[in-house]
Order: sequence, then C-alpha cells, then structure tokens
Amino acid sequence: MNDGSLAALVALGAFHGVNPAMGWLFAVARGLQERSRALVLQSLPAIAAGHAASVGVVAILITLTRSVVATRAVAVGGGVVLVGFGLWRLLSRRHFRWVGMRLSLRQLAGWSFLMSSAHGAGLMLLPVLTSSGAAPAGHDHGLASASGSALSTGVFVTAVHTLAMFAVAGAIAVAVYEIVGLTILRRAWFDLDRLWATALITAGTITLVTAL
Amino acid sequence: MALWKPDPTFYASPRDAASAPPEKLAYVAAFDRAAEKPDAIAVLDVDPDSGSYGTVVGWTDLPYLGDELHHFGWNACSSALCPGSPHPHVERRYLIVPGLRSSRVYVIDTKDDPTAPKIVKVVEPDELAKRAGYSRPHTVHCGPEGLYLTALGGANGEDGPGGIALLDHTSFDVLGRWEVERGPQYLAYDAWWHIAHDVLVTSEWGTPSMVEDGVVGELLLGREYGHALNFFDLRKRKHIQTVDLGDEHQMVLELRPAHDPTKLYGFAGVVVNVEDLSASVWLWHRDGDSWAARKVITVPAEPADAASLPPVIAPFGAVPPLITDIDLSVDDKWLYVSCWGTGELKRYDVSDPFNPVEAGSVRIGGIVHRTPHPAAPDLPLAGGPQMVEVSRDGERVYVTNSLYGSWDDQFFPDGVGAWMAKLDSTPDKFTFDERFFPHGDAFRGLRPHQTRLQGGDASSDSYCYP
Repeated sequence: MNDGSLAALVALGAFHGVNPAMGWLFAVARGLQERSRALVLQSLPAIAAGHAASVGVVAILITLTRSVVATRAVAVGGGVVLVGFGLWRLLSRRHFRWVGMRLSLRQLAGWSFLMSSAHGAGLMLLPVLTSSGAAPAGHDHGLASASGSALSTGVFVTAVHTLAMFAVAGAIAVAVYEIVGLTILRRAWFDLDRLWATALITAGTITLVTAL
Repeated sequence: MALWKPDPTFYASPRDAASAPPEKLAYVAAFDRAAEKPDAIAVLDVDPDSGSYGTVVGWTDLPYLGDELHHFGWNACSSALCPGSPHPHVERRYLIVPGLRSSRVYVIDTKDDPTAPKIVKVVEPDELAKRAGYSRPHTVHCGPEGLYLTALGGANGEDGPGGIALLDHTSFDVLGRWEVERGPQYLAYDAWWHIAHDVLVTSEWGTPSMVEDGVVGELLLGREYGHALNFFDLRKRKHIQTVDLGDEHQMVLELRPAHDPTKLYGFAGVVVNVEDLSASVWLWHRDGDSWAARKVITVPAEPADAASLPPVIAPFGAVPPLITDIDLSVDDKWLYVSCWGTGELKRYDVSDPFNPVEAGSVRIGGIVHRTPHPAAPDLPLAGGPQMVEVSRDGERVYVTNSLYGSWDDQFFPDGVGAWMAKLDSTPDKFTFDERFFPHGDAFRGLRPHQTRLQGGDASSDSYCYP
C-alpha cells in the first residue's frame, strides 16, 4: 500500500464521514432527544462499526478475489459494476427508507450497515483496492498465504477508512451538537447523494481506465 | 429535479420553524355540496402588503363532480430531515388532495404557478380499494415510509374498518394498507405521530354509512360513534393500546401532538358529550409504561329557545359547542379550539398542557348567534369557526366555516354560506383582521374547508430534533 492509496482511503473515509446520512446526524439526534452529549459519543462507535462491516465485506471480497483471479479481471468487473451502480444512484429518485428513531446501539449499528451498503460505501474503495500499489502485501508464498495476506489487506483498508470516517463524523457530530446547531443543515447540506453517485461513477471509471 | 440544498421550507426543529417567514399564499379546499360544479382548490392572497390581500387570486378546478374536498396535505415536509432516512433534497411542491366522498386522490403541483396549481396525477378509488382496502380518504401526513393517508371506510363492499393507506412519496402510487396488526381499531378519522418515539396515534369518527348522510341520532344516542384513541407502533405498524375516553364522549376528531419531539403528549378534540351536550379537549400523555388521557378543557352547551334551533338539536333546548377542530401552535404554547355550533373560536395557553388557561375568544357565526364579522357588521353569518390553521410563527390564525356537506345542512338548514377569517394572535391580543374576510361569492358558491399555508403550517410538519 503506497502513500497515495493511503491518502485516498483517508479522503474517502472523510467524505463518508461528512455525509449526514452516514450517521453523524443520527448521533446528534439521539443526543438532542435526551439532552445528553454522552449519547452522541456512545452512538458514534456503533455507527462506525456498521460502516466498517459494510465496507469490510466489500474490501475483503475484492482483495480475496484478487488473490486468485487476475487483478485486471477484478478491476474491469468491479469497475463496470461500480459505474452501473453509480448511474443508478444518480438517476434513481429512490432513497433508503428507515422507520424508527428509538434504537439500541446494536440496532444503530445495523442501521449504519444497511445505510452504508445501500449507498455502496465499500464499492467506492474499488480503485484503491485494485490499484497496483495495493496488491496484497507480503511475498508470494502460495495461495494460502496469498489469501491470508489478502485478508489482512482487506482488514487494513477497512480499518484506515473507518478510522477516518469515524474521526470526521465524530468531530462534526460534537461540533454540531455543542456549538453550531442544526440550523447549519439548511445552509450547508448539499445533496451529497448526487455527489456520492458521481464519486461512484468516477471511482469505477478510474478503475477501468487504470486496468485497461 | 431534486434540489442541491434542502428545501428551504424544511426545518430541523419546531424552534427553527417558528422563525419561518410569513406565508404569502393559502390553499383552501372548497367543495360544491350539490355536486353540480367541480370542487376546487382556492388560492388566497395572504400577503398584507399585496393589493389583492384577503381575496381569492386563483382556482384549480377538479375534472370531476362530487369529490367533496375536505382535508389535504403536502408531499414532503420537515420530516425529510429525520436522521434515519434523510432525503431533504426533495421539494415541497405537491398538494395531496383527497376527495372524501369520491375516494379519488388528486396530486396538484404548486411550483410552476403557485396561484394556479396544476393537477398532475389522479389516484382512482379502485386503486385505493384494490391496493389498500380503503375508501373515503381523509388526512395526509408526510412521514418516514411515504405518505400516510387515513381513510374512514373499507372498500370492496365493506363499510369498515377504516385505517391508513401508504402512498409512495415520489410516484404517489398506493403501496398498500399500513397496519400490520390493527387490534380492536375499527373506526377511523385522524392520525399523527410522535415521530421521534416511533408512536402513531389515531382517532375515531365513524364509517361512511354512519356519517355520509348526516349525523344519525340513534347512533349518537346509542353512543356508537368513535370515543377512543388508538396508539400504534410506528415501526412495526402494530396496535399497542386503546385509550377509551368513555362512550358518552362521541366523535374524537383532530389530533395535535406536541411538535417538540422530546415531548410525549398531545391534544384531541371531542365533538359532543351525549350526557350534557358539552364538548371537550383531551390530553393524551404517558403514564408509567402506558398511555393515558384526561379531559383538560370542557366547553358547556348554551341554553337556547327550541324554536331557534334546527330539528336535529331542537329537542334538547340547547346549542352544543361541537368542537370540530383544534390546532396547536408550532411552539406548543397556544391551542385554538373551534366551537362550530356556538360560533366561538377559543384560544388557550397550554404551556402547562395539563392545565390549559383560556386566553382569548372571538365569536363568529353560530347556530343561534349568527355573529357577523367586524368587517361586515350587518351581515349575519351561518356556519361557525371550523377548520383552523395557524402560521408557523404562530401570529396568524385562519379559519373557515364549513364542517362537512350533509352535516352543514343539518345544523344550518337555511344555508351554511361560505366565509373565511383571519385572526392576529400575539400574547396579549387575539382579534379579527378586518382586512381579511373573503365570503359569499368570493368562493363561487363552494364551501371552504381546510386551509394549507404555503411553505407549511402548524399541522403540516413533524420534526425529529428539539
């Protein structure tokens, strides 16, 4: 994993963290409901855990596939899926629906997992996962160790990404809860879903261009 | 096309919404009792700086006859900001307008020309019947799973139960029946929720056969109209609890939960107590692990000469106040109570919801008094203050005079007329705006019912943040 990939992972994590739909807003809502900053802080790890699970599944799947299938095939296949998914997100007027605000932390993690998955959060990491610099770390000691190191790459990618997401979402949640207030939503909540869809398409295109 | 920034009419909290700019237009449902002319949405100019202030400046006529427009609502509201499935880049632009008699639902676009909204979709009664099993659609609320549309009646030959149909909030297709387990609930009327607590509340009026031809004396004295509140789990769509107000309390209509999402109480209006003809307002609240309700306002009947009363109430020698609508200001401080029978609009300070304090009252219309509007002091008025709507900042209160076609005719057999009034409401003042009194021909012979204010009002939006 080179520095560029690492920076990209962190940047994508921050991008996911900024999005109110990915969880910081839910953390703030829970805190405001009970007038408790502790509840804001408690909610964040659960949200990050759900996000990590969603991203991790994709990351590990891709790195494992890469350890047995030619990288190029993974990149092309993944890139096509990504562009298609991004287009669908861009054009569809559907949005993730969820009823309910009284959630346990476990349910909140489940919500975060579903929310991240519906948005294709993990898929967005595809260019990083298939870029040459991110080939499974370690040396080639046969299939077993290749898949072992693929697994560790997947875990590493997920951890770095989620940490960045968690840090940014946490900072925003606390700032909004303590200082800024929710009126900020009216001024600063750009339609990140559309930006997000564009990011998915861009990620898919980069992956394809790099692979071809 | 969706917006890049949240719709400017969405507010995270009731506190923010109270600072919303004043509305410039009001939409009023108006219907032709004779079903000879189409019903319409009337557009009123409510901008005091405008030359046409207080007049009807636009009409949207419906393509059919006999819909009987009644209540209606917006396609999207502040609940789009809720954290579970936020989607604040949709627009508040469509009015969802049910025909209470025809069971048709119109989708009317107010964006391109706000004073001449266009019908963009009609949901036919058989779609509502086939997909949801309901008829006589009534209240519309924008919520987490789409649009919640209450309906008084069953369909496909069934009189009941009434309940809630769910509509897709982009296509407006009927998705189906909302209830998974309705428990003992059979009668329907209004529904709203404590959105941050995953609780939905419903009230009870009657099935179509009980209401469409007027109030039925035997049913009323037999205490067969609705007299309970039903609480549901908003997530699981399951009935949790029925709170019976007592069967003497007939017809539980409008529900006004606190806008503050941290609060778990709300107000419900009851039309008539058959023991003494009084009307009442009830407070529902948490009591330990369950729901309870208590009567917090009682408005007594006013004795009257039987000769001055319509046949439906002449035997009683008194005018029942008939609380047919109530509305709670966005800051949860003021409750407005329509006494349609006696022709009085009361205002209560409900800062302490358990102990409302009367803080103003105006008279207009009424079965016996026929009080005129100060702008036309020589014109006796029929009907009474009925649908009441409060601006988001709480400073303006709009009221119309028709209740429901066949019921208007029973209580005002010489004609209910048509009028709308506006009141200015500040902590120490509650008075008519003499510049605002569209009446008579202003409504083209149609009867005005619910008012919706451009950008939202006190009964259109729910908020997920305190």
